[in-house]
Amino acid sequence: MFDSLSQKLQNAFRNLRGLGKISEENVSESLREVRLALLDADVNFKVARDFIERVKAKAIGEEVLQSVQPGQQIVKAIHDELVDLLGSENAALNLSGNQACIMMVGLHGSGKTTSSGKLARLLQKQARTPLLVAADVYRPAAMDQLETLGKQLDIPVFVMKGETDVLKIARNAFDYAKQHHRSTLIFDTAGRLQIDEPLVQELVRLRDLIKPQEILLVLDAATGQEAVNVATHFDKALNITGSILTKLDGDARGGAALSLKSVTGKPIKFAGMGEKLEDFEPFHPERMASRILGMGDVVSLVEKAAETFDENEAKRMEEKMRKGEFTLDDFLNNLRQMKKLGSMDKLIGMLPGGSEALKGMDMDKEEKRFRRMEGIICAMTQRERLHPAIINASRRKRIAKGSGVQVSDVNVVMNQFSQMQQMMKKMGRMQKMMGKMGGMAGMGGMPGMFRK
Amino acid sequence: MGLFQKFKEGLQKTHNKLVHEIKRVVTGSPKLTGATLEELEAALIAADLGMATTSQIISAVKKAYETQGSTGVDVFGIAKREIEISLSNTATALRREPGLTVVSIVGVNGTGKTTTAAKLAHSVQSQGQTAVLGACDTFRAAAVEQLKLWGDRLKVPVIAGAHGADPAAIAHDAITAALARNAQYLFIDTAGRLHTKQNLMQELQKLHRVIGKKLPGAPHEVLLVLDATTGMNALNQAREFHKAVPLSGLVVTKLDGTSKGGMVVAIQKELGLPIKFIGLGEKADDLQPFDAKQFAEALFAD
Repeated sequence: MFDSLSQKLQNAFRNLRGLGKISEENVSESLREVRLALLDADVNFKVARDFIERVKAKAIGEEVLQSVQPGQQIVKAIHDELVDLLGSENAALNLSGNQACIMMVGLHGSGKTTSSGKLARLLQKQARTPLLVAADVYRPAAMDQLETLGKQLDIPVFVMKGETDVLKIARNAFDYAKQHHRSTLIFDTAGRLQIDEPLVQELVRLRDLIKPQEILLVLDAATGQEAVNVATHFDKALNITGSILTKLDGDARGGAALSLKSVTGKPIKFAGMGEKLEDFEPFHPERMASRILGMGDVVSLVEKAAETFDENEAKRMEEKMRKGEFTLDDFLNNLRQMKKLGSMDKLIGMLPGGSEALKGMDMDKEEKRFRRMEGIICAMTQRERLHPAIINASRRKRIAKGSGVQVSDVNVVMNQFSQMQQMMKKMGRMQKMMGKMGGMAGMGGMPGMFRK
Repeated sequence: MGLFQKFKEGLQKTHNKLVHEIKRVVTGSPKLTGATLEELEAALIAADLGMATTSQIISAVKKAYETQGSTGVDVFGIAKREIEISLSNTATALRREPGLTVVSIVGVNGTGKTTTAAKLAHSVQSQGQTAVLGACDTFRAAAVEQLKLWGDRLKVPVIAGAHGADPAAIAHDAITAALARNAQYLFIDTAGRLHTKQNLMQELQKLHRVIGKKLPGAPHEVLLVLDATTGMNALNQAREFHKAVPLSGLVVTKLDGTSKGGMVVAIQKELGLPIKFIGLGEKADDLQPFDAKQFAEALFAD
């Protein structure tokens, strides 16, 4: 998508070079493309219109930098504006006071109960003592669901089965929290439509009773144009303090985030990234902006890689590659560093077009394959790892037994390794050559020879 | 493409435009103004029809409006009819097989699959037929309990296993139980899964394979449950689910809110899947057969 958007912009801007300044006429065509991209990402049409107006006002009159492509310059301006809009100075939870309360509200099926569990887990990790309160008195078995989550997390859940009065539940929950020294209460309320006045009033009464420090609106990232109505109504009725965007592990572009933020002005605090209870993160405006524009999340990926890869290690590896001394030990190290980056599907999903590419692949299987390779190498002796050539048939048999695989699996790993080794040798040789040529290029050689 | 071909195509465009203009002048139709078109576009986008479908409908409306005389038919009326026609299909009723009909209910998380399964059981029961529910969502905490509570309320037997059990095994048992009871319908409530999770989609395929092995031809209906509040992503959902397990129809839930569920128009256009039911609330009888006319009407209502 980014490719196509920036491609379109590039075409629209082909003639812009040399004009010096961005003018209203020459941006309007490209901004139409941007508007379409935003609408495609489910940004509310009114929000999209205002947004485009703002970008236009900012972009017009700006110098076209000679150094970059004008299309990219505009995309960057749009991206920055998006980040600005989505970002917030106050994204942390405010949990002051002896007994802090968090109230989770939202439509049916947006993920309130799951998010409650995830939030409780996060707070517990921050050394708070959360108490989950089952305040969904409508959906059948909603309380059971929260109870099960509590058990999985080893976090207490306050449940009054059969009780239909939310206020009564709340009062009893406070007593329970006091007795059991729980510092933070998380109220999981029932899903409701924002226009269902009696049910919304029930929330208002609950709010007035528990006086929560945080009222978080839970919204599905795939929500369409309706996000504006939902956010406006809940905010008006309850004065929410922020929101949680869920199901971001899907491929919805999540334009709802922009709608949500622009109509309420309240920060998006967390992002739900998967079905597991640890798939919960603070919200990253940068990532969201890239996602809405369909740009992938290269920034985070680079950051993450920089964090995990040890620079010295990388240098050592490069040296080894050049000399063709790559051993099975290094191979193992490589595998482990890859794993430190996180699960494969999340990594690839961050690349532009990555989520598209992921569709056809079973990343779980790929990961299993990696784990198996690791196991096989671990079953080798140190000498074998340093001198793979000595691994003969009987050693292979032993390795297979030791790692619980077939001999053929060991063969596959050995083949892959020798292929890799050969490639590295070639690359090392090429680097040497390039080094020489680089010197030549400096003397007026042929730069750009290696471009494809 | 040869030069001549290009030339011809260019002429064709001019030709079409000319014919359109002549028709317009002959019938004395007014030209559509920019403001009206913008209003229509806003209404269509606001109903989550998506940009591509919106443009298609607008050009169709333009054509119709500008060539049908000056009798003052309103633009929205034409748009409504366009949508109604595109959504009209005959197969809105549940299929009925001799013996047991197995209906599998699939979709992403939180769209209302469990509730829909219960409502469907209630609906066939109220028509004097017997239903059994299969609780194959063994992943979400307490999903089985939720369906069991529905079963108690509706007096419909629920076949369930333990949390975390293999859904295919439960489906197998559910078919055995439904056959033993001589039930007419078995509704299988599957776990919610994002269409992007390849492994979970494969699990669903396996579930259907096991069902087909146990009872040849089953599942006879595969219904995708869509949340009306979902935007453009609904098309992706439908596309991917349809690829994994051929769908036989759609159920659009939560239409009792202010959401319009306009994405089904695009889905219908691309995949040709009939919308069978719409969900209008949390009660057992809040599930209704789909009516294209009413739906199109509601798309433009405030």
